[in-house]
Amino acid sequence: MAKVLEVRDLHVSFKTYNGEVQAVRGVSFDVNKGETVAVVGESGCGKSVTSQTIMRLLPSPPSMIKSGEIMFDGKDLTKLDEKQLEKIRGAEIAMIFQDPMTSLNPTMTVGGQITEGLMKHQKMSKEEAKKKAIEMLRLVGIPSPESRISQYPHQFSGGMRQRAMIAIALSCAPKLLIADEPTTALDVTIQAQIIDLMKELQEKVGTSIILITHDLGVVADIADRVVVMYAGKVVESGSLDEVFYQPKHPYTWGLLASMPRLDQSSDQDLQPIPGSPPNLLNPPKGCPFAARCKYAMKICTQEMPETSDVSSTHRVACWLQHPMAPKVEPPAMAVGGE
Amino acid sequence: MLRYTLKRLGYMVVTLWVIITATFVMMKMLPGDPLKSEKVPPEVRAQILKQYGLDQPLPVQYVKYLGNVVQGDLGKSLSFDGRSVTDMILEGFGPSAFIGIQGLLFGTVIGLILGSVSALKRGSLIDNASTFFAVLGVSIPNFVMAALLSYYVGVVWGILPPGLWESYEYSILPSLALSFPVIAQISRYTRTEMVEVLDQDYMKTAKAKGLERSAIIIRHALRNALIPAVTILGPLAINIITGSLVVEQIFAIPGMGELFVTSVINNDYTLIMGVTIFYSVLIVGVIFLVDLLYGVIDPRIRLSGAKE
Repeated sequence: MAKVLEVRDLHVSFKTYNGEVQAVRGVSFDVNKGETVAVVGESGCGKSVTSQTIMRLLPSPPSMIKSGEIMFDGKDLTKLDEKQLEKIRGAEIAMIFQDPMTSLNPTMTVGGQITEGLMKHQKMSKEEAKKKAIEMLRLVGIPSPESRISQYPHQFSGGMRQRAMIAIALSCAPKLLIADEPTTALDVTIQAQIIDLMKELQEKVGTSIILITHDLGVVADIADRVVVMYAGKVVESGSLDEVFYQPKHPYTWGLLASMPRLDQSSDQDLQPIPGSPPNLLNPPKGCPFAARCKYAMKICTQEMPETSDVSSTHRVACWLQHPMAPKVEPPAMAVGGE
Repeated sequence: MLRYTLKRLGYMVVTLWVIITATFVMMKMLPGDPLKSEKVPPEVRAQILKQYGLDQPLPVQYVKYLGNVVQGDLGKSLSFDGRSVTDMILEGFGPSAFIGIQGLLFGTVIGLILGSVSALKRGSLIDNASTFFAVLGVSIPNFVMAALLSYYVGVVWGILPPGLWESYEYSILPSLALSFPVIAQISRYTRTEMVEVLDQDYMKTAKAKGLERSAIIIRHALRNALIPAVTILGPLAINIITGSLVVEQIFAIPGMGELFVTSVINNDYTLIMGVTIFYSVLIVGVIFLVDLLYGVIDPRIRLSGAKE
């Protein structure tokens, strides 16, 4: 399959008064044409920083790309200047943000916010762009788009605003869509609609999607592949089935066990992962999860495990994969339910 | 929107009525009358008072006056040989309006630019300089500024005329003097708001669309940052109107300021009333305009109160 995006050993840091926060520490993953890759992990694991670095949206300083490359369309995005990036942003890579309430400009009509990208990237005239904007609003399921187009964001509901954001993002038919927690700020019923819409549009437009989320329910619904991040590193990656049904990393087990399930009996409590992630000002020398890991061994706190291949698509960074490690069975809460 | 506008207009009329009534009562309470200083025989005096209707009881005078004002007749001046007050005001209003509007324009444009640049280059030399300037602008009264400008730029350096009213150059220094507090306030407000707006999520959305930085700032940031600046435009315009009373005197401009001061000294009832009413209309009108302008810039305000 053709690769749309290749992230290789990306390191991103932030300069702060207290020192350098290493938010992303060697992240690698690929996105193939037409597929959806979910990047999951708890708050502060570096998933949003990774996505915004792909778009080069983070202001520098304080952020800086220490090393690594992001290959897109034969170009390394980390090496491009602003002018070149402007041609890619919105046209070839588009982004949907978490909070549709604040991501739209309150003093500009929804139509105006869709057309400005079209006029810039596709050199459309005002009339053409307007026509296209109406078409996009219809595509994302907004009723009577002809009149909606001249309304302002405050006249839209939350779900409709996110639909409008999707219309903005997809208007120039980008090769890659980055959705940074697109459903987190929405009602549960609206969440499902937005995810369905993204799935439907992906089939129509053929866009690849990177979905940043901590909602495993959403991941199960839409993702082809899953990348699990923890403390700025990828701890496990693989196809949806591999990560959900044969998870290898204790952190992934923990994530799955902390997700409520319909088939679980009411006397079974959710199992949160005890503790909290390490401070990335001073990341630990060994595996960052060791301090919270039930199965941690001596080596775990001393050395970072290498990434090993479980299958051709499934990779995990854990000392338990080492031939000399004891065999550990994942807890029942984390797997099963086929 | 129409209902809102009509309601505001109604309030304006009530406000003006209260001002007219209060001024009328207070003016009659002032000691003396317009003829006090003239040495006239009692019969002549009575005749003049009768001619101007000043011999009638106060309530009658009041009702009569109110009736005339509603018809746009402000009466005849008592001290300037019976000239029409309306004509005198219109004559004096020209120069005053010119330096006032020009001052507001100078102030707003310079203030917006200074504020935006400060916000975009936080912590830079320009930012610090503009903060310093803003403190000066707010704390130095504009008549001090007027005197300084007139003396240094006008007299010592001789770049622009230090006073009088003959051609366009004569308007620049008074306008500049009036614009200082405006620059200071507008630049502060714009900076604060701009810093906040630049951090908003929709700025990131705009950047993610691939827009150029200049387009992002002008189209997305400036308009949102403008809203609070517009709110203070009302009070600032009023400051300019009242400030120009003194500034005009310093630059010896034959404007409303002069009219106002001489009318009070002469106990020229009709002129005092006329000038006061005129100023009130101006100020209430400015407040009304700013309210409407607010709605033009921020669509969320335009709709509140009006059902779709």
